[in-house]
Parts: sequence; structure tokens; C-alpha cells
Amino acid sequence: MAITAPDPTVDPTALPQTKGPLRRAFDRFFENRAARAGLLIVIPILLAVSTYSLWWPFGPNAIDLRAMNKAPSAIHWLGSDGVGRDVMARLLQGGRISLLVAVCSVAISTVIGFLVGAVASFGGRLVDGTVMRLVDLAMTLPPVIFLLVLASIAGTGIAPTILVISLLSWPVLSRMVRARLLELRERDFVVAARGMGAGLPHLLFRHGLPNCIDILVVYATLQIANAILLEAGLSFLGLGIAPPEASWGNMLNLARSTVVLENYPWQWMFPGAALVLTVLAINFIGDGLRDAFDPRSDLN
Amino acid sequence: MADVPFLSVKNLTKHFAPTAFSRGPVVRALEDISFDVRRGEVVGLVGESGSGKTTIGRSVLRLIEPTSGQITYDGTDITRLGAAQLRRQRRKMQYIFQDPFASLSPRMTIGQILTEGLDIQAIGKRSERRAKAAKALTAVELPFDAYDRYAHEFSGGQRQRIGIARALTLEPEFIVADEPVSALDVSIQAQIINLLRDLQLRLGLTMLFISHDLAVVEYICDTVIVLYLGRIMEVAPAAELYARPQHPYTRALLSAIPSLDPLARQGRQVLKGDIPSPANPPSGCVFRTRCPFALEACAAAVPPLRATADGHLKACIRDDIA
Repeated sequence: MAITAPDPTVDPTALPQTKGPLRRAFDRFFENRAARAGLLIVIPILLAVSTYSLWWPFGPNAIDLRAMNKAPSAIHWLGSDGVGRDVMARLLQGGRISLLVAVCSVAISTVIGFLVGAVASFGGRLVDGTVMRLVDLAMTLPPVIFLLVLASIAGTGIAPTILVISLLSWPVLSRMVRARLLELRERDFVVAARGMGAGLPHLLFRHGLPNCIDILVVYATLQIANAILLEAGLSFLGLGIAPPEASWGNMLNLARSTVVLENYPWQWMFPGAALVLTVLAINFIGDGLRDAFDPRSDLN
Repeated sequence: MADVPFLSVKNLTKHFAPTAFSRGPVVRALEDISFDVRRGEVVGLVGESGSGKTTIGRSVLRLIEPTSGQITYDGTDITRLGAAQLRRQRRKMQYIFQDPFASLSPRMTIGQILTEGLDIQAIGKRSERRAKAAKALTAVELPFDAYDRYAHEFSGGQRQRIGIARALTLEPEFIVADEPVSALDVSIQAQIINLLRDLQLRLGLTMLFISHDLAVVEYICDTVIVLYLGRIMEVAPAAELYARPQHPYTRALLSAIPSLDPLARQGRQVLKGDIPSPANPPSGCVFRTRCPFALEACAAAVPPLRATADGHLKACIRDDIA
């Protein structure tokens, strides 16, 4: 099918040639220095965490009895802990678990939060009223007790921890999504889409989702940090990732005693630094993505 | 055949009532509106802010659910259509919005905006949709390289052209144009009005043209409906209405058109006060509180819309003022 040639009476050079929308979003992302720094930190971490078993000689639970509480050395780069396990190996394995739990639970809670908020805002008054009262109810539950009850029902391990964290954190997001979509629903271009016969899925995914992307990205990045902390808290109470399995959270918790804090700083400093660095870098990336997705940011 | 109207609105009423969760008065946006539109005709809806122009336009396309009344479009009562039938019906009728900055999604390219309707209605393959969008762009005299751009890269007039192109991609037979030029510069207004007029003639569109600009309405419309506070005051062919306005409100509106003739200014009739609240409209004739010719009888009953000698319909009990 041939495309109709532009009207010859209109000068085609009137509009200068520019790049496509996706390309421009990428350009904007890479122009952002903080976002580039974030990528520069996160990509090596992800690579190391996912491939360490191929190039690091020690396993996370392998015990070296000649190296208990040893400081960093040429053999154990980041030292070893109280039972002679290699801190580097545990750090990388813990990163694997912590990030897996955080990313999965944030993905699940983002989907739940978006769908609940979207259905509430587009479903009409009755649906909105009912759903939002349920959200209010979920928000009034004291988080720590809710977490404990859920976790004691679900048990320990990776899948239950993901489930528990994701069930706790969606109500705030669904409120933000609802507020954004209630405003969006009355905008002319959404009315136009309805006038062309658009159903709920079209409105939600062609208009709702792109106009919530900033909320979702910011929420997801902040929530990853939060999820890592929640996971650590749960693990501390014996309900999250149970030892001997490593996670950044339970590595920090194992190093809580003043003896360890004072005498063996490598046992808590490295997991703590990994946590801070990762969270910070993910936040930078989140900010960069939000600006990149907003076509109006070119104007500023 | 000639006397079967294309679009027939009967006793259309829209009240915005408070919900179970909120308090407040019932806002009577439209009361008992009836009018007909013939195929290929351009009917103007005029009236000041809050008179219900947009509510009529949106009700006719069922973007607002009317409280009561009947809207018959080419033989089908669209107030009774189910979801699937309504979706099919929507191909035939489109809306052009007032504000070109709010009516285009900031996150979609022009191509996505133009093919959205075809996408929703599942018409054609990707390449065919693209070709139709290109055709619509040509129809509104925009170059094809607008296709991959975002709306914010265009000026108000260009955006309004894109809004018109979007309405055209589904090849509708009926368009509601809701103040399509009031947000634009005067010089651009003329371009857009001429474009609309041209498209209407070329494609044989039937149009409901909403405006508060009487000069524009005179230029583009065949018939004009004058609204005040959700009620019809007067209906007449455009030329007739401008030459011999019958209703006192129409006369006040017409005398408010700026004129270069200093003598014409002397006879100007300026309305005092504001339009009353539609939550608490006056009894009888809603215009009586601002009408210079009001009688005591005006408060007693709502004046019916009745035919006068020269083809007007007017809702006024006085015959001695024309």
C-alpha cells in the first residue's frame, strides 16, 4: 500500500527533520549524568552478582577453618566471617537473593497497585468507593504485625518472602495511580478516545499506563530500596531468608554484636556499602528514566 | 424523504445530581431540548458560558448520559444502544475539541493519535491505517513528516488541524465541533474555519457547530439555535436570525457583536447582571430576570417554543417587540 505523498503545495522542509520519539528518549536518558553514573554502578553489580559462581573460587557456604574472622587478604578479598565463610562469596550470593526478592516483589506490587488504582478510577463511583475503602482498610493494618502474621502463615524462603513484601506495599501506589487517572479521565484526549469507541483496556494501557509511568518508575525504584530493607527486617526476625542462605539483610544482622562491629568491620561494611550503593544507583536510574519518558522535558 | 431528519433530539434533559456521598443542589444543565438536523446541514449552537452548548454536543455523541430524552441518529435511538452497538455507531460520529493543547495526548506521536480510532475500531492493517492517517494529514494541509512528532512540537493552529484530522480518520458523516476556533488567534481562526467549511462541503459532513462567536456562526452555519440556561430561546435559518432576530436574548447577543460603525453602537443593548445559576433557575421564562421586555406573565409559565410568521421558532410570549 503506497503512502499518499505530501501535498506538493506544502513545503516539506518547513519542519526540520528530527529523530524518532524512542531515540530521543534514549538520548535524554544518556544526557543525564546521574543516570549514567547509576548505570555504571548497577551494571557491574548485576554482572558480578549473576556470574560470580563462574569466576570466584569460594562458595557462599564453604567453610575455611583456617580463616575465621580474617581481615581482607589476597585469598579472601573481603575477609571472612566468624565461621570461616568467604565474605565476597556471601556478598555476591546475598546480592543475588536480595535483588531477586526486591525486584520480584516490587514487580508484583506495582502490577497490583496499578490495576487496583486503575479499576477504581475508571470503574465508576460504586466500584471506586468499594475498592478505595478496601485500600483504606489495607493501609490501616499495622505493617509490622501484618508482616509477621503473613510471614508466619507463608513460612520462610524466597517465594514466601516475595509474596509477603509485595502484599504489603501496593496500597500507597494504588492511591497515587487512582489520583492521576481520575484527573486524566476528564482530559479531552481521553474523552476523544472514548468518543472513538475505546474500551477499558485501551484507555488503561494506551492512556493510563503512559501517563502513570513517572509514578510507577519512581515508586518502583524507591520500593526496591524499601523491599531490600523489609527483607532484611524479616530475615532478622527469622521469617525472611533463613540462614545459612545469605542475603545482604541477614549478613548485616549477623554482624550486629559490638565485638563484630568493632573488631571485624569488613563483615558489615561491605554488605552495608553494597546496599547503599545499589539503592542510590537505582534511584539515579529511576530519576533519569522519568525525565527521559517525559517528552516535555526537552523544553526545559 | 426530505422531511426525515438525520439527527433528531427530543426532550433532551440533563441534570447533574449530587451522589449519595456528596451534597449539593441538582444542576439543571439542559431542560427539554428538542431540535432536528438535516443531512449535510451545519447547525450552530450559540449562547453564553453555562448555557449548555457543550452538554448538548457531548450528549448527542453519548459522551454524557442524558437524564432523559431521545436522540435519534439516522433512524437509531442512540440513547438505547448497548456497548457493542455504540462502539460501531461511534465510527460515524466524531468530536472536535475546543482546546488544542488539551485534546492531544502529550505522550503519543501524531501518527499514534491519528491511527488511534482505526486501532480501536480494528479497521485495516498497519500500513492501511498509516495511509489513512497520511490522507487525513493532507486533508488538513499538514506535511506528512508531522507523523512521528509529538503534539508539543506544533503551534495551536497546527494542533487544531491535527485534532480535525483525528476526527476525519474514521471517515465520519457527523461531527460535533465544540468551539473549534475560540482558543486560537484571529488570523488562525479564519484558516481553521475555512478548512472546516471546505471539508464539510467536500465530504458532505453534517455538523453541529458550537460557538459563542456569532460572526463565525453566521459564516458557517445554515441554521442557528440560541440557548440560554439550558433552554432553547430561538431557532432560525442563519440569514433570517441575523436579519430579523425575534427573541430579546438573541437581539441582545447580536447587538454585542463589535461593530466598526459608530452609529450602530448607539443602539446597543447591554444586558445587566450575570446568567443565573442553573442550580436555581428563575420560574417561567429563564431569561426574564435580565430581559428588558419582561412582563409579570413571564414568571408564571415556561414559554413554549412556537413558530412565528417568518420561519423562526421562539420561546417568548411577546409578539410586539420584533
